[in-house]
Amino acid sequence: MSDAWAVVAIVGIVTIAIKSLGPMLLGGRPLPTRVNAVVALLAPALLAALVAVNTLGGDRALVLDARLPGVLAAAVAIRLKAPVLIVVIVAALVTAGIRAVAG
Amino acid sequence: MSEPARSDRTHRDGARAVAPLAIAVVGFGVSFGVLARAAGMGTAAPIVMSMTTFAGSAQFAAASILGVGGTIASAVTAAVLLNARYAPIGVSVAPSLTGGRWSRFLHAQLTVDESWAIAAEGDGRYNPRVLIGAGVTLYAAWVAGTVLGVAFGDVIGDPSTWGLDAAFPALFLALLVPQLRTRRTIEAAVLGAGIALALTPFTPAGVPIIAASAACLLGLRATPRAEAGAEGDAP
Repeated sequence: MSDAWAVVAIVGIVTIAIKSLGPMLLGGRPLPTRVNAVVALLAPALLAALVAVNTLGGDRALVLDARLPGVLAAAVAIRLKAPVLIVVIVAALVTAGIRAVAG
Repeated sequence: MSEPARSDRTHRDGARAVAPLAIAVVGFGVSFGVLARAAGMGTAAPIVMSMTTFAGSAQFAAASILGVGGTIASAVTAAVLLNARYAPIGVSVAPSLTGGRWSRFLHAQLTVDESWAIAAEGDGRYNPRVLIGAGVTLYAAWVAGTVLGVAFGDVIGDPSTWGLDAAFPALFLALLVPQLRTRRTIEAAVLGAGIALALTPFTPAGVPIIAASAACLLGLRATPRAEAGAEGDAP
């Protein structure tokens, strides 16, 4: 119990600090052009990494499972210009369907 | 893909954009509550953790390490590694936050992967109203899910049965594609995904994502003249 509270307190404080760092120190001021060119690429780089890891990542391994066909189906929906809501639902349905069939 | 004037979006647009995902977030909040109780964290600590840390993967990692008898240090290290990506993410939103200190603090705390991605306007700027609208919606879903999970146990079963784990990469992909308008953003995306996948088998969770942010250093190269003219053209 006390271990749990210690973890909750430390992780909470550190996470709040990490999240605050940029906005508190640099908030509201435009970044230098050079830095801005770098930061502008953060969204595509991190989003692509989040897609990759959430689709293929396991416990210290790359795994092929029902998530991949779900995300591929989502890619088709995106290609067809489906709204984000439909894209997300398609991914969940395909993945759930494959898991239901595969048991 | 042509986007409507993204800078005109309001709080409500942010809440609406993230609504489908909020359902998945409730589901994962429930399973966090269940897992945290099973890990011996009691009832109040998991809820307080969702209210203060508000970061799913880090909380799952910490609870599962405590559940198998891991040390405080190992649980904290895993969670902090998973949340380290919020340092560069915070830097990226900072120029768009023009309010006072408390306003910026609030925006920072409501910045999670999904609200950040939805608030992106595609040119390196972020819409603070969308960030708040999406962030508050996700926060409510995450805390409510945790309370349900702690109080009622396994009411929905494993969220992966419902394919909810595929909903997150699908959302990130849907938000990534409209950003791939220039050769440079495509290169950053490919490199980021490549770094993350290459490191996944060899490093603790969280490290691949934070390492992938290094792909944005591609921005240090001088802008090619031809591309500067092509900026904004859909491929």
